[in-house]
Amino acid sequence: MTYIRPKFRHPELPKNKLGYSVDFYEGALSTLCAGCGHDSISAAVVEACFDLNIEPHRLAKLSGIGCSSKTPAYFLSNSHGFNSVHGRMPSVATGANLANRDLIYFGVSGDGDTASIGMGQFVHAIRRNLNMVYIVMNNGCYGLTKGQDSATADEGSKSKAGSVNPFQAIDLASLSLELGAGFVAQSFSGDKKQLIPLIKAAINHRGFAFINVISPCVTFNNNPGSTKSYDFVRQHVEATATLDFVPEMEEITTNYNEGSTQQVKMHDGSSIRLHKIAQDWDPQNRISAINAIQKARSEGEILTGLIYIDEELGELHEVLQTTDTPLNQLTEEVLCPGSEALSEINAGLR
Amino acid sequence: MEPTDVNNPEYYHKVVDCQYACPAHTPVPEYIRLIAEQKYTEAYMINWESNVFPGILGRTCDRPCEPACRRGRVEEEPVAICRLKRVAADNKGDVKKHMPVAPFKPNGKKIALVGAGPASLTVARDLAALGYELHLYDEQKAGGGFMRSQIPSFRLPESVLDEEVNYILDLGIHTHFNTYVKSLKSLLDSDYDAVFVGSGAPKGRDLDIPGRQEAAANIHIGINWLSNVAFEHIHKIGKKVIVLGGGNTAMDCCRTSRRLGGEEVKVVVRSPFAEMKASPWEKEDAMHEDIPIMDNHVPKTFVVENGKLKGMTFEKVHAVYNDKGKRSLVPTGEPEVFVEADDVLVAIGQENSFPWIERDLGIEFDKWDMPVVNETTFCSTNPKVFFGGDAAFGPKNVITAVAHGHQAAVSIDLHCKGEDLNKRLSPFVNLVSQKMGIHEWSYDSAVVEDVRYVVPQADKKVTLKDRKKEVELGFDGLTGFKEAQRCLNCDMQTVFSESKCIECDACVDICPTACITFTENADDESDLRNMLKVPATNKTQDLLVSGVLPTKRVMVKDENVCLHCGLCAERCPTSAWDMQKFFYSVTKASKVCH
Repeated sequence: MTYIRPKFRHPELPKNKLGYSVDFYEGALSTLCAGCGHDSISAAVVEACFDLNIEPHRLAKLSGIGCSSKTPAYFLSNSHGFNSVHGRMPSVATGANLANRDLIYFGVSGDGDTASIGMGQFVHAIRRNLNMVYIVMNNGCYGLTKGQDSATADEGSKSKAGSVNPFQAIDLASLSLELGAGFVAQSFSGDKKQLIPLIKAAINHRGFAFINVISPCVTFNNNPGSTKSYDFVRQHVEATATLDFVPEMEEITTNYNEGSTQQVKMHDGSSIRLHKIAQDWDPQNRISAINAIQKARSEGEILTGLIYIDEELGELHEVLQTTDTPLNQLTEEVLCPGSEALSEINAGLR
Repeated sequence: MEPTDVNNPEYYHKVVDCQYACPAHTPVPEYIRLIAEQKYTEAYMINWESNVFPGILGRTCDRPCEPACRRGRVEEEPVAICRLKRVAADNKGDVKKHMPVAPFKPNGKKIALVGAGPASLTVARDLAALGYELHLYDEQKAGGGFMRSQIPSFRLPESVLDEEVNYILDLGIHTHFNTYVKSLKSLLDSDYDAVFVGSGAPKGRDLDIPGRQEAAANIHIGINWLSNVAFEHIHKIGKKVIVLGGGNTAMDCCRTSRRLGGEEVKVVVRSPFAEMKASPWEKEDAMHEDIPIMDNHVPKTFVVENGKLKGMTFEKVHAVYNDKGKRSLVPTGEPEVFVEADDVLVAIGQENSFPWIERDLGIEFDKWDMPVVNETTFCSTNPKVFFGGDAAFGPKNVITAVAHGHQAAVSIDLHCKGEDLNKRLSPFVNLVSQKMGIHEWSYDSAVVEDVRYVVPQADKKVTLKDRKKEVELGFDGLTGFKEAQRCLNCDMQTVFSESKCIECDACVDICPTACITFTENADDESDLRNMLKVPATNKTQDLLVSGVLPTKRVMVKDENVCLHCGLCAERCPTSAWDMQKFFYSVTKASKVCH
């Protein structure tokens, strides 16, 4: 019997620029159900952070409550972490980000944590364009309480027990587009080839980066009739484009057909290279993005990939014009000008 | 690539690296688990069935299994498989009750076995229970062959040897000891239905350089000298001894010399140290007994003064390799080196010698004067004469001789029944799920991180004074358990059923050693190897390739560094992965364990 992951790793594991191999980015052994989509997302996060050469201490994981929100324990053990209250992760992230703008904020939430109890917090994090990655591990059910329909369960989707969901679903990607998020993507836990570059791009995006990841609940929502099962999702995904994340130092060597390829420059010099599949879709045009996602929805398909990106949108610190030095590093001497300065101000008001 | 054919038992057999590398294909992980459970008798019997001499091999085996051990690819050192075997032998209970008991119902067939070494004894054991009348001939006074005459008692106590030889002789074997077979023709002219030749490679190579004749009194052929020591014809040697040669016989010669009065014993060898034929642990043991090994020295002359040996001169060389990696030893040009010696032991190889086989018996000999022997049936060009052990294909080792013996016994049985020697039964194989619960397997799947344990040795002060005092003490029960726990249970196969797979990636994410990849297929194996999560560079290890999955991809598992920890199967929601115990047993002439 084992709940212990052996310490041995493949002796030929590659190292990244920091000299770490991928196991340095791993977390504890998952206690989620075997086959849970969330574990694949965790593995994608590990892979993305390894590839991006992120120093683990430069990243903070934040989460709420739920199966999804347990996952930060299962990746990046060497990073900061804050497992907060149900639905309140955006507030904690906002506070942390304002105090220390130097860290990468990586929020993990679920469909319950975001679309139900945390909806009020979620929309305001977008409204403020908080500089963070916000991943929703979306399985359309409350897996931790035996699989009741969640707010993202599609109308007509059948539960494991056989009941059909009578309510409309909240489409988190459409909602974030509507609210003006600067980075909106959708993906599937079973497609790491797409998910890993999306996570990399999201980390490098300045501002709120939202990724809605369909992540099947293998125990309670992987039955025939469910619209969030492995089989259903595989049969109904339609990608906007295949994409590569290109770090700034890498020269672009692959030649794609003119017209079908689009390169989106990111503020830090890196870029996303898209090999487009969807017609009449421009990831930098919000209306075309909304059209594309609605069109796919009306056809019963799930649009995945990068959906919308705006690299010009100012993030919260820019809007508030805070100091470049993180607030938590400002000393009393810098913050408090002293009694002489106070008297001067007071004198000026006399 | 085409999907892997796992119905061919050789696929999973190859995954069990130790067993696959063992000439007799002993089910190593199976008996190591039994040792961990303190089921020493059962562990012994698994060995006895397969390799006939567990106590002997647990001390003296050449251990082809250990360099093959997967553990050596994951960390520094392989599992101490050989010395674990000894733990089973040292601690076993009553094993006789599991062995066949003579007398057996005669089948009317009579077989002669020439030479009482491991090959002949194996044939005897496998055939005895079938009712064959077996006649065993040897020139020595007791059975065991080279195991008795060549392996010194400080490595293999006589009691251990006698015990395991007697298990076989007790099966009603007719022994003809102190009997040198002078003529194969006379054997064939008697009423034997078949003759098995297991006479070894009894001729030690000599070194014909100046001074050889003059100093003959103090120059000894290594294997003859060891034999004379073993049978107590020789009791001492000079204070200064040179041992020529770099094989295991040289190591036995030098260590025996230290026990017979040799104070300054030196091994001198032509090749570089790293390329010596001796097993690394035998070299270590020799050096531990204060025996320096002088490598890159080619013997030039025996120096004789007043008709007495004074020493030897050597030319210093270094190894040069050509484009094809072929080595030549080139003189360095330094002055010749003189090494003092009272006695010299020549252990530079041994050869086959068949002066007693007439050349008109229908047995074909090749240009090296070796009999032409079929590598599967061990039959010579005379259908009544079979060869095995060193006599078949030149000097190898005990475990190879045993493996030959099993196959020769199968052939002799077929021959006596008048059946085709090539219609051999397939090996016995079994593959059974080990699942007991969600996180529970019938084997201890956790992987321990312990490094290899060292076998304790008796004090040098004691062992060097007594030729018969065994040097290695063997693992005690607790250390044996800890060492046994290092085994990765490679016979617990990761069996994949694509029809159940939902491609959730759980196995890919959990695998600690990144063995599993879901990918597009490739036509070429080397392309596919490069497409894996970590490229599969060890080409000696196979890829397990599934059929095409619903997403048009295939599952590819690189067997190279799989820990057999079972996590893929534990994390699989549909049991598409399962841990199944693979048991493989080489076909023998008879069922010998019960």
